[in-house]
Amino acid sequence: MSIEDKIVNDFVKNDISFVTTVPCKQLAGVIGKIEECEDIYHIPSNKEDEGMGLCAGAYMGGKKPAIIMQNTAIGVTINTLVTLTQYYRLPLPMLISYRGELGEPVACQVEMAVHTKALLNQLNIPTYHFHKEEDVEELDKILQYTFMCNKPVAILTDASFWKGY
Amino acid sequence: MHHFGKVTEMIRSEILKELVPIISDHLVVCNIGLPSQELHSIDDQPSNFYMLGTMGLASSIGLGLALSQKEKVISIDGDGSVLTNLGTLPTIANNIANNFILLIIDNGSYGSTGDQPTYAGKKTSLSAVAKACGCENVIECKAEDTVVAVRDAIEGNQMTIIVCKCDSGNVKVPVITMDPVVIRDRFMKEVVSKNT
Repeated sequence: MSIEDKIVNDFVKNDISFVTTVPCKQLAGVIGKIEECEDIYHIPSNKEDEGMGLCAGAYMGGKKPAIIMQNTAIGVTINTLVTLTQYYRLPLPMLISYRGELGEPVACQVEMAVHTKALLNQLNIPTYHFHKEEDVEELDKILQYTFMCNKPVAILTDASFWKGY
Repeated sequence: MHHFGKVTEMIRSEILKELVPIISDHLVVCNIGLPSQELHSIDDQPSNFYMLGTMGLASSIGLGLALSQKEKVISIDGDGSVLTNLGTLPTIANNIANNFILLIIDNGSYGSTGDQPTYAGKKTSLSAVAKACGCENVIECKAEDTVVAVRDAIEGNQMTIIVCKCDSGNVKVPVITMDPVVIRDRFMKEVVSKNT
């Protein structure tokens, strides 16, 4: 099974049925699979904080949500993560492409990569880093954990995990 | 354009007061700051979700909620907040939820921060923007026609954006001291009970 299929299968297994996405080249494959999946309502958003608002509403409406975005989004969503997701104690799995790591061709991406883990750490957001293909085996448990503790949880996925840019 | 000799129109708190009998049976997601504080002081109840932070996301939360359950959802937003999250309008247009009503109380100012003017009170028309974004049922109304517009939207079965043009101005109301988790928990219980 491909990494993309495994991710979407784990989403469905954990009853995640509302997924918002902001694209990244590294995430194109999984976003395509989300769009194809009949068990998931895929709602692309124009900015990641907007997406977190959609996810908050979906959760209060009884659906389990998730967001798929790039690590640059940490820069735009800190206020939303703190005053909405964390303040109202809402669960939110965040599947994040960790741009700016080994294999990165675009120098500017490194500028946000160097802040990514420090910012997530400062926000007390549980953070997992998928570097090798087999790391995906932990996704199911991470999703269960997210909806157990009602917190935003970050899953950073780098270029080595996706087997190249 | 100038406002000399302008007949005084209603302000947001007066519109909310008139709306309460019509919206009180429905799920309401209310904008940050004075709109939530005013609604809270007029008619606090579990079916109101008050935003205590995160300017701009009332419409997004309302849309996500409307897409995820059957009951009608009314997001009470402001012109300043919609301008902050203008990307919400294409998302609304392209993800139709016929149980969703977005009421934009457009007083042309950032009310909660001291009535600084917004561009919606100048050259920018939010109803024209909503239409250009693909929203199909957009109504712009005067303050005094808001109740009828919202009632029609609730009775209809079509996603509706209402832009209500009114005067800027605020009344003195206390801040909301309720815990956010309490607001969220009682709101979710209300969502469940309304859907069963």
